[in-house]
Amino acid sequence: MYSQGLDNPPPERMVPAAAVAGGPGERFQLRVDAEEKIEPKDWMPDGYRQTLIRQISQHAHSEIVGMLPEGNWITRAPSLLRKCILIAKVQDEGGHGAYLYSAAETLGVSREELVDQLLSGKAKYSSIFNYPTPTWADVGAIGWLVDGAAIMNQIPLCRCSYGPYARAMVRVCREESFHQRQGYEIMLKLSQGTAAQREMAQAALNRWWWPSLMMFGPSDNDSKHSTQSMRWKIKRFSNDELRQKFVDFTIPQADYLGLKVPDPELRWDAGADCYRFGPIDWTEFDEVLKGHGPCNRERLDARRKAHAEGAWVREAALAYAAKSRPATAGRAA
Amino acid sequence: MSAQPRALPSEARIDYVLQLADSNLILGQQLGALVGHAPALEEDLGIANTALDLIGQARHLYSYAAEVEGRGRTEDDFAFLRAERDYRNLALVEQPNGDFGQTIVRQVLFDAWQLELYERLQHSSDRRLAAIAAKGLKETRYHFRYSGSWLVRLGDGTAESHARVQAALERLWPFTRELFDEDDADRELAVAGLTPALPAVERAWSDRVSALLAEATLARPANTPFRWFGRRGVHTEHLGYILAEMQHLPRTYPGARW
Ligand SMILES: [Fe+2]
Ligand SMILES: [Fe+2]
Repeated sequence: MYSQGLDNPPPERMVPAAAVAGGPGERFQLRVDAEEKIEPKDWMPDGYRQTLIRQISQHAHSEIVGMLPEGNWITRAPSLLRKCILIAKVQDEGGHGAYLYSAAETLGVSREELVDQLLSGKAKYSSIFNYPTPTWADVGAIGWLVDGAAIMNQIPLCRCSYGPYARAMVRVCREESFHQRQGYEIMLKLSQGTAAQREMAQAALNRWWWPSLMMFGPSDNDSKHSTQSMRWKIKRFSNDELRQKFVDFTIPQADYLGLKVPDPELRWDAGADCYRFGPIDWTEFDEVLKGHGPCNRERLDARRKAHAEGAWVREAALAYAAKSRPATAGRAA
Repeated sequence: MSAQPRALPSEARIDYVLQLADSNLILGQQLGALVGHAPALEEDLGIANTALDLIGQARHLYSYAAEVEGRGRTEDDFAFLRAERDYRNLALVEQPNGDFGQTIVRQVLFDAWQLELYERLQHSSDRRLAAIAAKGLKETRYHFRYSGSWLVRLGDGTAESHARVQAALERLWPFTRELFDEDDADRELAVAGLTPALPAVERAWSDRVSALLAEATLARPANTPFRWFGRRGVHTEHLGYILAEMQHLPRTYPGARW
């Protein structure tokens, strides 16, 4: 999921972890512990429902806002094949948004409410999409790193205790892994290309590396709410575990490209069998989250503009549907 | 088209294939700019779908033009390294996206034309072109269902939506004349059995469009005298900007591979 870094539930939503013996809360937890899937009509604690609504809708919003930075290059993709792949990718992200909104709707909220929360600035989306895509290489870097980090986050979600979310993730993950490969392939072509292309690729890696690591969310020491999500089996691995997996997976790929990640402290730790990396600038993370990233305003403005300019179209569709309904279907009502 | 095929200079064949390819590409390019900015998520997906099909068809057509030409050019050479005057697309498709109403009107007028054209072109004496048309026809039917259903909803929706699409129709209608204006080169292609005769396509298009406009409660505009001829390289002011944007990378980094 794109929203891991944001999963701070409002405190009043948190329920006491220990449920009354023999009550619905205990039966619920036993089912979760037994790896049974929770379905929309099943009883669930309010905190579980609210956590999922928040997480799934943030994830959906992230897919939708995520269409923008790459969509920025559709008209300028450098070959017809790349243009087609990019349109299909941005379309896939829209599709992910659509199934995630549907999954959230099974919890008793409407897509309209959720979209309003996004447009009003009340709901969050992944901060990664508040970074700009000034060059074609940024499209490659997003596919490789951002979709790559999304996969790390989302594969465990395919086993999430909430059935509709888990099933949506299975489909989403399959497509994200295509995106990751396609992004890497763009980087590969650039790194095997002219000096200018290699420079473009390196500069994009420099821009996206740290924000990609931040996608996994605050360090475990500072992530207050993970424990409950783990108990509910919404979350299976901690932020730091997933971040480490991502680094270990990605560094050899950067090496193969002949590109260097912008971290002077990065080194292989043979004893621990993993890479060690330098400290993350959490001040930047917090600033972008609070709305002061390079493109927060542009992204939200673009969504608001599309929504406002589409209002007459949506109204027309509703008016037409109302007219063409058979007269008996309660036009007077 | 069942007329006896007769030798046709390959330039004429290439030129015709490029007309089709360029119209598909430019319209696909324009739709691509809307993905992520449509009035609703479903429309982002629908527009992306049509854009992908159109650019996909353009790729087949460019590859075929390259084969006929036999000079080693690629689909990307045709798309990215030709100047405005060498582009052969209909002036209709280079008209701006405008509001969603204008996007839909442009699409309906084009889809209805492509549908009637492909219906006939699938029987072309040129087997490759026939195959491309037959495959494209399935996609085009779908595009027309999409654009046509939106035209009806907008035309017969609210007073505002009706006024908007009617205005778009008035604005774009003059560009439809080019679709059927036959010159000597067109007649030559038809005589060779490569393409259908344009008057037959025009009648079918006209009936189809009239029926749809009636359902959408829209008034069919009158034909106007001025005729753009994008198919012969006479373009409106818009194409130059579209190409400048689209061709930016290959022009900036000559010879680079992507
Ligand atoms: Fe996605
Ligand atoms: Fe993706």
